Amino acid sequence: MRCLKCRQKAAVELRRHNSAFCSPHYLDFVATQMARNVKRHRMFGPQDRVLVAVSGGKDSLALWDLLLEAGYPASGLHLRLGIGDYSLRSAQTTRAFADDRGAQLIEFDLESEMGFTVPKLSNILKRPPCSGCGLNKRYLFNKIALDRGFDVVATGHNLDDEAATLMGNVLHWQTDPLRRQSPALAASHPGLVKKVKPLYTLTEREMASYCLLKGIDYVMEECPNATGARSILYKDALNRIEAQSPGSKQQFFQGFLDRLKPLLQGEAAVELRECALCGQPTTGETCAFCRMRERAEKHSPKPGTTSKVRG
Amino acid sequence: MNVLIRNPIRREVQLQGKRRVKRLLEELDLNPESHIVIRDGALLTADEFLHDEDRVEIISAISGG
Repeated sequence: MRCLKCRQKAAVELRRHNSAFCSPHYLDFVATQMARNVKRHRMFGPQDRVLVAVSGGKDSLALWDLLLEAGYPASGLHLRLGIGDYSLRSAQTTRAFADDRGAQLIEFDLESEMGFTVPKLSNILKRPPCSGCGLNKRYLFNKIALDRGFDVVATGHNLDDEAATLMGNVLHWQTDPLRRQSPALAASHPGLVKKVKPLYTLTEREMASYCLLKGIDYVMEECPNATGARSILYKDALNRIEAQSPGSKQQFFQGFLDRLKPLLQGEAAVELRECALCGQPTTGETCAFCRMRERAEKHSPKPGTTSKVRG
Repeated sequence: MNVLIRNPIRREVQLQGKRRVKRLLEELDLNPESHIVIRDGALLTADEFLHDEDRVEIISAISGG
């Protein structure tokens, strides 16, 4: 197979684009896709302060690399979740990436800041670890970005993530999440920071290929809590369809953005007010994060220290 | 050839006979949309031939969360 651009031997085939690229042209292709997505959805400009949520996995590290390469002085935010060796390796990998590039990395340790880890929280709340983990991430990415004056939070969500989330939302007809699912979510309240997903047109295989070709060391192992996750089931189902019918994932998600999402915009938006405890936007008296924290604190010692900044 | 499947569960497989990458993935029941095949540090496309003396790595690109 030959590169579409230079006819040299191809390294990556993109069946959904009916094309293949050699290593240098593939890296250009990914960078162009990201730049196009940023422009198309007016995600951010050169003047904006961008905070990248970095787990240490392929997508977030690739995103951070692409932004730095494109000249955005993006900072990274890594949450230390306390999920055993997996979290230790994730933090080490993220630090090494930031140190190599002289990029600013903010680390936030759940245990020292909040008094709990994701596994402890799961035990206390008697809920699956992923539900507390997701709530922590959504709240803390926004709060830390807001407190530190960032204009936008960028996450490494890729096409597989978005298509799988869409499939889950459609299977259960979750209209509220469907209305909110978007490559760019504007800051609709003074307490909210804009959220963007610049990699939403690129698949997981494409992002892993980017990291391998670019020599980015990422955490390859799966979060131990993700075993049996619904998102993996949906991704597997979509990839089975994709293998028989290339382009299906992209058509599914892009079709949603182009055709269904405009119809959902008329649905009444939820009114937000400030949480009585932390001041963050919420629909109720106190936000879900503060309610979770109150329950967890009843069972845990008081937290102490502050987050570390490197770079 | 020696095939090392890196993740999610690390395992090694020994196979005999020349075959294409596409065929290898089919035999191992691995979806080409979610796996990357590497030989000597180079990423391989589905049409590449693999030989008995090759050492091949397969990486799954899928993650949860």
